[in-house]
Amino acid sequence: MSLTQLPLLEQFVLLQAALVLFLSFGLLSQTRLLAAIHAFAWQGALIAAVTLTVAIAGHAHHLYFSALLTLALKAMLIPWMLHRLVRRLALERHTETLSHPALVSMAAVALVIFSYWVVVPIVAEELTFTRNIVAVSLAVVLIGLLMLVARQQAVAQVLGFMSMENGLFLAAVSATAGMPLVVELGVAFDVLVAMVLFGVFFFQIRDSIDSLDVDRLNRLTETEEETP
Amino acid sequence: MLSAWGMALLQALLYPALAPLLIGWVRKVKARLNNRRGASVLQPYRDLRKLLAKETRVAHTASPLFRLAPYVVFVATWLAAATVPLVARDLPTAQIADIIVLVGLLGLARFFLALAGMDVGTAFGGMGASREMMVSSLAEPAMLVAVFTLAMSAHSTSLSSVIGYHLADGFVVRPSYLFAFGALVLVALAESGRIPVDNPTTHLELTMIHEGMLLEYTGRHLALMELAAYLKLMLYGVLIANVFVPWGIGQAFAPAALALGLGAILLKLAVLGAALAVGETVVAKMRLFRAPAFLNLALLLALLGLLSHVILEVGA
Amino acid sequence: MNMHPALSLALLALTLALASALVALPAARWPRALRWASLPLLGLSGVAASGAGLWALVEGLDLGLVLPLGLPWLPWHLQLDALAGFFLALIGILVTAAGIYGPAYVRGLENGRESLAALGGFSGLFVAGMLLVVLAADAFVFMVAWELMSLASYFLVAFHHDNPANRRAAFLYLLMAHVGGLAILLGFGVLAAFAGGFEFTLLREAALSTSWASLCFALVLLGFGMKAGLVPLHAWLPEAHPVAPSHISALMSGAMLKVAVYGFVRVVFDLIGQFHWQWGVVMLAVGSLSALTGVLFAMMQSDLKRLLAYSSVENLGIIFIALGLAVLFMATGHPTLAALAFVAALYHAINHALFKGLLFLGAGAVLHSTHERDLEQMGGLLRRMPWTGLFFLIGCVAISALPPLNGFVSEWLTFQAALQAWQLDSGVLRSLIPIVSAVLALTGALVAATFVKVYGVAFLGQARSRHVRRARAVPLGMRWGQGLLALFCVLLGVLPTQVIALLDPVAVAVVGTGLPQAAAGGWLWLTPVSAETASYSAPLSILLLALIAGAAILWARRGRVRRVRRCDPWDCGLTPPTPRMQYSAAAFAQPIRRVFALAFAIDERKPAATDTRPRYRLRIADRAWSLLYVPLAQAVESAARRVVLLQSGNVRVYLGWTLATLLVLLWIIS
Repeated sequence: MSLTQLPLLEQFVLLQAALVLFLSFGLLSQTRLLAAIHAFAWQGALIAAVTLTVAIAGHAHHLYFSALLTLALKAMLIPWMLHRLVRRLALERHTETLSHPALVSMAAVALVIFSYWVVVPIVAEELTFTRNIVAVSLAVVLIGLLMLVARQQAVAQVLGFMSMENGLFLAAVSATAGMPLVVELGVAFDVLVAMVLFGVFFFQIRDSIDSLDVDRLNRLTETEEETP
Repeated sequence: MLSAWGMALLQALLYPALAPLLIGWVRKVKARLNNRRGASVLQPYRDLRKLLAKETRVAHTASPLFRLAPYVVFVATWLAAATVPLVARDLPTAQIADIIVLVGLLGLARFFLALAGMDVGTAFGGMGASREMMVSSLAEPAMLVAVFTLAMSAHSTSLSSVIGYHLADGFVVRPSYLFAFGALVLVALAESGRIPVDNPTTHLELTMIHEGMLLEYTGRHLALMELAAYLKLMLYGVLIANVFVPWGIGQAFAPAALALGLGAILLKLAVLGAALAVGETVVAKMRLFRAPAFLNLALLLALLGLLSHVILEVGA
Repeated sequence: MNMHPALSLALLALTLALASALVALPAARWPRALRWASLPLLGLSGVAASGAGLWALVEGLDLGLVLPLGLPWLPWHLQLDALAGFFLALIGILVTAAGIYGPAYVRGLENGRESLAALGGFSGLFVAGMLLVVLAADAFVFMVAWELMSLASYFLVAFHHDNPANRRAAFLYLLMAHVGGLAILLGFGVLAAFAGGFEFTLLREAALSTSWASLCFALVLLGFGMKAGLVPLHAWLPEAHPVAPSHISALMSGAMLKVAVYGFVRVVFDLIGQFHWQWGVVMLAVGSLSALTGVLFAMMQSDLKRLLAYSSVENLGIIFIALGLAVLFMATGHPTLAALAFVAALYHAINHALFKGLLFLGAGAVLHSTHERDLEQMGGLLRRMPWTGLFFLIGCVAISALPPLNGFVSEWLTFQAALQAWQLDSGVLRSLIPIVSAVLALTGALVAATFVKVYGVAFLGQARSRHVRRARAVPLGMRWGQGLLALFCVLLGVLPTQVIALLDPVAVAVVGTGLPQAAAGGWLWLTPVSAETASYSAPLSILLLALIAGAAILWARRGRVRRVRRCDPWDCGLTPPTPRMQYSAAAFAQPIRRVFALAFAIDERKPAATDTRPRYRLRIADRAWSLLYVPLAQAVESAARRVVLLQSGNVRVYLGWTLATLLVLLWIIS
């Protein structure tokens, strides 16, 4: 199979998947919170666009609805809520210093290769054009996790978490032409609830430690440590 | 065969003939965007003529290398440019040097430019040379990986073949090309000393890179150095235009095809030049130590291009 | 006995090297013996060796010889095939250059306190050892020659033994060389256990299982990698290579490291004879790490010879990247591509020998003339030593892999081999190999930065100290030695198709196929895979460069004023610039030091604003020490401390241990 034999719409799906991956890298290395939220919104919009393209290409009508849902939820509502949170927490100008930004992004590149290596034997039998997107989705999930590890700012961690969900959704859309609508609605609701909970937690955390730096949440430890 | 070499020669001559025009065009658009009228687009030609007529001065402390360097820099840049198809695709000069040799020739030019900067023994020259080598050592891998991405799809490092492959395929959406395009644009900005990495119009000693190395040059030496810099910008422009948007380039040596090719490349360069001017107006120059992050982004884009080629476009 | 003349020439080279060692012995009394007899003999030995090697290459010989020496049941087996011939020629060229260069150089040492007899004697033995390693055709001779080479070079490293740092470097070298030698011995042991003999012909037939073959591979990678200075086994190299006399440094970096490459190729490609892609990946990883680490540390050095030594680590990394590609392509069943990568590795091996030899000789010329190795004290040498400056410039351009010189050709071939990765079936390998080539590209760019620094600081600008200001051109012999190598650098850059035609028999012998298509388009065009895939014409680019240069000169000199007037440099209208205002070597490297800060252990002390006598101190240490060597040394030491408990001082307790050991041994035997 080669790219040139695919219909144009499916080529677009591949392009969008690649851009989703790129935005994951953007999220990972973006130190300004607002810009990171924008990157996340764009990622959501791209996922919606993938869904829409798959819907058109595969004539799957229920995917139209799911595209709309994704767009509304991930590209608009959640970014808006995060935006509002950041403003209320007065973190608009917050920039985080990453210790080794180049190293982290090279680690992410390694994760992409790793997920490709993992996925290739699993999907080798199915010869659909979208199978390789599964590798990209897995990479998006893993990079989301890497973001949880590498970032210290709680809001950035939430972004990482949400982008993991984006990766899962991308896998579902591309590999199996979407989940059943009920499941999708359920997941969407879960994400929304999670978002609200995160919002509440942010305020709690800040009230108790005066910061959203999760590195300072390490008092609950088994090791004997002198606490000031 | 002979006509092909004739075409190659003609095209090689077109580069230095058109390069000042491109610079003049970029400056003009920029001036317009700043609400200035700006100099004529032909001003760079006049500058070069004036520099050639002027007396050449060399510092007491300069070694023979200082006088040799402008020729090496100019010649290497020109030879590099001559291997990039401009109006016609299938040129014998493109066989002399593939794209890796092109990078090597630009490296040779840079090597001598940096040495010339260090030759007189003033602080500015050394500063410019040191910064230039840092920027280029980060830009070169990004450039090569981007080029490899193209070469992996076309299975060739020869520019004619890459362009021909792309033309033969028709319109295909390739994620890898998109990323490689992004990477090459960033590299081109960094390598040809444009905003946001370097500012071609500044003469404030502490911020300059390229100008710092040229500080001691006058007269015809300076003319050669300047023309080499113009050529380099045009080279990157043509490279990006003809690799990513090859349509219009002459496939045969018939007059009609060549005229079309010339028209197409002029149009593409005009668009790219205008885009560059807009970009330089909108974006500010960044601190020197932000440049690694910028070039890291270029490398990342190039690597993503490569990976998306391997993962998405070929399949296992 | 009817011996092929090429083989007799090789034996002549060996004999001449030994003779050179012998005639150097009177140098303790008559220092001239070294200059007038020993070094010329060494040069002749080099000529003979390169002649024999070229003969074997051109005719594609495969000769064997049994000498009635050594152990009674194991006579010495020698051989001269294409692979040995190539490395023989490589060593020969360098030894010739060193023989031409040496007499003038050692003159500077005649008034010193060091023993010239030792220098000449061990130089001869060292060269003889290297030649014998390459000629060896059984594991026994190979190991004897290997140890001869290591020991002789130890004494050469320790030549300036008044300085404790040099003695320490020499000891470290001896230690590492022996650990490496042990690993090689064990590797041969694994092979010999399956072969039932030590001759290479028997070892070649040995049928190893995959796991034993992998063990043998790991052992020889360790052993030869230690000699070749691969990261993280490189720590001895930047200590040991710079402290030897310069023509010996050139031989050590140029030739001895290649002998390690030869040993690796001989054992892995020829004797083991099976390939696994995992080996290739390991070699790619080690090679990339070495290349990048080597060049980063080279960039940070201010001692010229130490910088060159680190750069050797980088170049050996590149050679191992190319060899790793060859293993990978062999393992996946692409012998033509493997031949391409293999030829690239050989090409880079000889290139590195030439330009690193040239640069070390140049550094020696600077040292001879200024007694200075510190870049921070140099400056403006091009105008004081124009010939050395010119040759050094050629070396710098060549090592920076810039066209049209030789370094570029081998790097280009390596890139071409890496770019054929699309032919592989495994997608992961397809994505890994281009990343390795990205590392290679980064390395190449950093090398260029490093050598801009070296040349710009040492040869351009203004002299930074008084003794450098008084530098004078070096004697003719030293210039000829450098000129010879510079000439080869240019030739190998301009005539790549001819060189590849010479390398072809080696590839045919080792990987089974050559590069017949490389010159398919005529001698002008180098087309490693096919004309559509990639082509490079070095002669034509030279020609065009010259033509355009002529045109540019004509065009630029059309102006009314042709004369060039001398003036003062720009000083911002303030005080005229002094040499102290120039960018120093450390300042030049500062941006890269900052970007790659993670790789170095930096100890920087900046003066405070209030200091009346401000001093800036910068020390950059190799991370390998703190990560590998120090923990290892501590582990050994603590283990030793445990063993110390046995040592009570009482003789009867010791005898008790002896008794216990005897009992245990008897129990095991029974």
